[in-house]
Amino acid sequence: MSNPLSIAASQFLREREESERPPRRTDQERNRPAGSTSRASLRRGELPSVANPKALMTARGLKKSYRKGPIQIPVLRGIDLDIRSGEFLAIVGQSGCGKSTLLHVLGTLDAPDSGEVHFEGNRIDNLPAAGRDILRNRHFGMIFQFYHLLPELTTLENVLAPWMIAEGVWTFLRHRRLRRRQASELLEMVGLTHRAKHKPRELSGGEMQRAAIARSLIAGPKLLLADEPTGNLDKETGRQIMDLLGRLNRERGLTIIMVTHDDSIAALADRTVRLVDGRVKEY
Amino acid sequence: MFKLLLCWRYLRTRYIALASIVSVMLGVATMIVVNSVMDGFTSEMQDRIHGILSDLTFESVSVDGMYDAEYHMAEIRRVVGQYIEGMSPTVHVPAMLRYDVNGHTFTRPINLIGIDEATYASVGDLGKYLQHPDNRKQLRFTLREGGYDTLDHQAQDPSKLIPRKQLATAGWPYRREKARMQSQSAMPPGIWDTTIPSSQSVAKTPRESLPDDRINPFAARDANLPQQDFEDPAEHQSAGAVLGIALASVRTSEGEDRFLVLPGDDVRITYPRTSIDPRLEPEASTSVFTVVDIYESKMSEYDASFVFVPLRKLQEIRGMVHPQTNRANVTSIQIKLKPGVDLDEVRDLLRNHFPAQFYGVYTWRDKQGALLAAVHMETMILNILLFLIIAVAGFGILAIFFMIVFEKTRDIGVLKSLGASGRGVMGIFLGYGLSLGIVGAGIGLAAGLAIVHYINEIANLLARLTGQPIFDPSVYYFQGIPTIVNVPTVTWIVLGATLIAVLASVLPARRAAGLHPVEALRYE
Ligand SMILES: Nc1ncnc2c1ncn2[C@@H]1O[C@H](COP(=O)(O)OP(=O)(O)OP(=O)(O)O)[C@@H](O)[C@H]1O
Ligand SMILES: [Mg+2]
Repeated sequence: MSNPLSIAASQFLREREESERPPRRTDQERNRPAGSTSRASLRRGELPSVANPKALMTARGLKKSYRKGPIQIPVLRGIDLDIRSGEFLAIVGQSGCGKSTLLHVLGTLDAPDSGEVHFEGNRIDNLPAAGRDILRNRHFGMIFQFYHLLPELTTLENVLAPWMIAEGVWTFLRHRRLRRRQASELLEMVGLTHRAKHKPRELSGGEMQRAAIARSLIAGPKLLLADEPTGNLDKETGRQIMDLLGRLNRERGLTIIMVTHDDSIAALADRTVRLVDGRVKEY
Repeated sequence: MFKLLLCWRYLRTRYIALASIVSVMLGVATMIVVNSVMDGFTSEMQDRIHGILSDLTFESVSVDGMYDAEYHMAEIRRVVGQYIEGMSPTVHVPAMLRYDVNGHTFTRPINLIGIDEATYASVGDLGKYLQHPDNRKQLRFTLREGGYDTLDHQAQDPSKLIPRKQLATAGWPYRREKARMQSQSAMPPGIWDTTIPSSQSVAKTPRESLPDDRINPFAARDANLPQQDFEDPAEHQSAGAVLGIALASVRTSEGEDRFLVLPGDDVRITYPRTSIDPRLEPEASTSVFTVVDIYESKMSEYDASFVFVPLRKLQEIRGMVHPQTNRANVTSIQIKLKPGVDLDEVRDLLRNHFPAQFYGVYTWRDKQGALLAAVHMETMILNILLFLIIAVAGFGILAIFFMIVFEKTRDIGVLKSLGASGRGVMGIFLGYGLSLGIVGAGIGLAAGLAIVHYINEIANLLARLTGQPIFDPSVYYFQGIPTIVNVPTVTWIVLGATLIAVLASVLPARRAAGLHPVEALRYE
């Protein structure tokens, strides 16, 4: 806790934890059998209690192959993976071994050919589109190698994008003070307050990735999926980003799954798994 | 929320979209202008045609006419009397008009109409189109002492007109002066020539060579055929005639009317006589008339063909008066109906009552049906063509939107990875199309209404720039281009254009909605 950035971050996270404490559950919801996730509860940002609190996300026997004409190219050949709550997991592997594919399947952007993904004890890979949209919007944060900010929007608007997607015009306008405060606090945390009004093309790569991190955190997700977040940055900037992710993991208890092909970056995570021949090899 | 914001940002950063706005705008504007002008023309023309023609025309199929107007009018009254406001008998006959100007003789085909000045005003507003203020109140076929309007009394803005100076002296003063000059110069008799009275030409016809005069019931009357039976043209006139303005004058390209014949001049009219005796073929006769007024309905078709003369006079010279009964034939009976009565219904009642091989019954719309239908069809075709312009704009939007969807594929993937639904992404592009449509149609609406409002100024400006009159007043005798803005039509145009813009964005929007998030994210 030496660095002012991390102090701000921890303070912010603690405050939000308090302001967004979920409302008390009704008996009806508590009695709901595990494994059935209602859309209403998803939208409120809560999921039924988990049987095994240690495993935030579980993948079992994930298989995925791409079809090139008549030939099937298997990419994932049976992935078994457990991610504990609060864990910082790095997935390494050679280029083209299927790391991004795995991350997309875990993040419900893509569906596996077979196998299951569970999040907080509920199966999520077969949810209807609307349910997956809410999961990605409120429960998962995602960052990418190429940042993927929307070029027409300013940094602040990019950070607000998940809320704009979640809320209609009137709700958003009614909450705009709160939302703006959340966004500028996040921007302050990642050190981008002075860039709030800039368009992404006016930012450096490191700044864009920090803006993307702020965006991924705005809706208060439990899990961050990071696809080579430092892949396009120089060593020093990459290190700063890794510092930021590390602090978020330690102080907020944010669970992070990070994909990288750089072993030195992976070494900064709690645990590293290697993807070889479409299967997971634990170190 | 993101739909609105992104839609707005895309609108502001994609200038290519302006191209489709412009084409929507042009389509909407031209459609509004064309419809307003066409509606204006139609309604102006209907007004004029209706002003000239009576509600219903009851006519005999034969040019010889039907015997005894009184009987027919009584019969009509018996059938549909409760709907009728006024009736007036008329005689219509094709004829030839001749007059001399500077030694040249002009011959024009005309529609000679004998009207009863006492009752004709009750069926149509002929009076409105005359040039003498007293004739407008009550037409008289006697020459006035002067006082003809030198400015068109129907014009909205008389200050723009070129005065008709020749009409200032028209009437008796002109006739006297002309007679004086001709007697002084002792010119060979030209227009005053009375050597062509019809009795002379009649003398050569087979009618006179018939052995027994008693066979011809009109033989006795032939001797009384009206001739120019006065000595001094400065004191007397022939029977009066009202000439259509295009028969009496030519209009220069500047819009000035140069009169060849003025009230006070004499003209010769050649017309077919009737042949009530089946053994006789009809022959032509010529009579002299004195122009007493000029008729300007501003419908070139009528102004170039109508000549009105007194009904009784025409019946006499055509031999339509029955010598024994003193009752005369008429070719038509003009009928005016009470306001609000359905013309077609009364027409059909009359058609059922009178046998069609002898009588025809027509409404004013029937009479000008072809013209009105032509204008209507023209409007329809123009509308279809112009709507195609908007459809082309729609395809432009389609193409541009597909481009934008391709260009934005990655961003669409990002939005989906952030939890945007397919519907939400679709909403961006539908909203985008809707705004293009609304903006384009809105600007087009404003531009169209502005053009309609200043259409005459614009036409004048174009005429000055190109040196070609865009709107030739000598064709229609309209002072300006008539326009009517029909609110339902304009509303449909605007809504239709907006709808096309939205429909054109549906396909690209669906494509965007259906993009697979991972493929969109990987898209380079
Ligand atoms: N749509 C597709 N169709 C066919 N093959 C695909 C498709 N998408 C990915 N692949 C293949 O799947 C394999 C895994 O791709 P993936 O992007 O997951 O690799 P990666 O481990 O993330 O590589 P890198 O480290 O370069 O990002 C690659 O061999 C790739 O060619
Ligand atoms: Mg990858």
